[in-house]
Amino acid sequence: MKRSILRAAKVIRSKNSGPYELTLDILFKDREHFELFRRRNIVTKRKIAALYRRPVGDILKIVYFEPSNALKITMRRPIPSGDAGETDIYGAQQHAPLLRLTY
Amino acid sequence: MAAKTGRKKEFRVLSATAILGYGFPESSFREGLKRRPDLIGVDAGSTDPGPYYLGAGKSFTNRAAVKRDLRFMLTAGVRRGIPVVIGTAGGSGARPHVDWCEEIIREIAAEEKLTFKMGVIYADVPKSRVLRHLRKGEITPLTYVPPLTEAVLDETVNIVCQMGVEPIQKALAVGCQVVLAGRCYDPAVFAALPISLGFDPGLAIHMGKILECAAIAALPGSGADCAFGTLRRDSFVLESLNPKRVFTKVSTAAHTLYEKTDPYHLPGPGGELDLTGCSFTELPGGKVEVRGSRHVESERYCVKLEGVRRVGFRTIAVAGTRDPIMIRAIDQILAGVESQVKDILKAETVEGRIFFHVYGKDGVMGALEPEKRVCGHELGIVIEAVGPTQEAADAVCSLTRSTLLHYGYPGRISTAGNLALPFSPSDARMGEVFEFSLYHLMPLARPDDFPTRVITMRGGKETK
Repeated sequence: MKRSILRAAKVIRSKNSGPYELTLDILFKDREHFELFRRRNIVTKRKIAALYRRPVGDILKIVYFEPSNALKITMRRPIPSGDAGETDIYGAQQHAPLLRLTY
Repeated sequence: MAAKTGRKKEFRVLSATAILGYGFPESSFREGLKRRPDLIGVDAGSTDPGPYYLGAGKSFTNRAAVKRDLRFMLTAGVRRGIPVVIGTAGGSGARPHVDWCEEIIREIAAEEKLTFKMGVIYADVPKSRVLRHLRKGEITPLTYVPPLTEAVLDETVNIVCQMGVEPIQKALAVGCQVVLAGRCYDPAVFAALPISLGFDPGLAIHMGKILECAAIAALPGSGADCAFGTLRRDSFVLESLNPKRVFTKVSTAAHTLYEKTDPYHLPGPGGELDLTGCSFTELPGGKVEVRGSRHVESERYCVKLEGVRRVGFRTIAVAGTRDPIMIRAIDQILAGVESQVKDILKAETVEGRIFFHVYGKDGVMGALEPEKRVCGHELGIVIEAVGPTQEAADAVCSLTRSTLLHYGYPGRISTAGNLALPFSPSDARMGEVFEFSLYHLMPLARPDDFPTRVITMRGGKETK
């Protein structure tokens, strides 16, 4: 039985990184969970693309940041912030699909 | 002024709040003053609220709230001889935003009878200058941004560039005690003065990067509280000024991630902040010490341009439905309404685009929404119409609303009306619609050369 990401993470959030990118942060509860995710390569561009129904090419970067036991995913916004058809100008409510991650 | 002490061991900075106008507790501000700051700084802007504010020349923050925050900063700074630096005035930092903020400062100066010299720095870039660089192939789009064309540039309004520390340093060097800057690299507000005093640019900019969001980087975080930074020769220390908050290693490091693409490499005017060798250490008393941040200058000094273009006008209507039969068929119903409306508009030669924001389905995530089931008992629907004129947007919104209200879908049993409308009037004009059109890098030969006005206020009145 796989465990929910919520057992490993204490913060899961999304925000614009400028008007053209969306950035997702996962802050792990401790170094052990951070290392586990990094070692087992649990979060991949392919997985994120599937969760967000985007082409893999739209996932720009996955970076592990040790000082805050964090994992950062940056992807292309479906449209630039504020273009016609926008749903979330700040990009602050685009994190929920990450809650489906398991390990 | 602090500039006299060339061999200063430390440089202390009071950051008033995350964004000018977001407020701060007076007690935190007083606590900061007790620590005898060498600088009071505040970042006043962001592109986060979207393209409208830059295009319309309006602030996304409230005038009364901005005035309240500035009154504390100016009176304390002027009376105690502490420089006050404000960056990205008016939220977007173009000329109308800077002028708006200057007017507020003049009001406060008059009311408080303040005497000071102020440098007002504009960040606007003439279109002709961008065009010159464009024709030389020197305008580089940032990631995912389309290359700039002359046609797009022509439609673009209120072009600004993010200035670095140099123009602020120049204004401070001629004795300005208050610096009001247009669009500005957020950390430059806090880093300009210590860098001119010989402090390490990497540490100064990294400290500025955290202080520009003030207590957002503390635990618990807040966008409406002060923070304090002490810059030393080989480190900087952050502390909260509110007993309810602390800085922790994780809160500080986590903030370095915030709104950034890559936390190890943070580009800015003329270079990049390299945090690969950076360490965060907790000190007693809820403080955090940061070491090892480096600033790497780029080969060519470039600044980021920002600009927007008007794409039309918007009118919206807010509605809801509680009918389970309608909710089950919502996609087909909205598609049917849209095509019926478009047929009528075509015949009437009214142009306009229709967007349905369906809350309870995918109103929040749109194309990114992986959940396809709709399981709520009601849906919120925002009808959005964008047209070339306000009248066109009104017409499209009105027709879409009335068509949806009385649309006869298969299996319909609620034949008196499909929508619950909370307001009368049901439709609201939202005014101009802008889109980002410029988010590119441009080389800058003279990073300190920005149009600057110096004003001298004596007892609240301007003197020549």
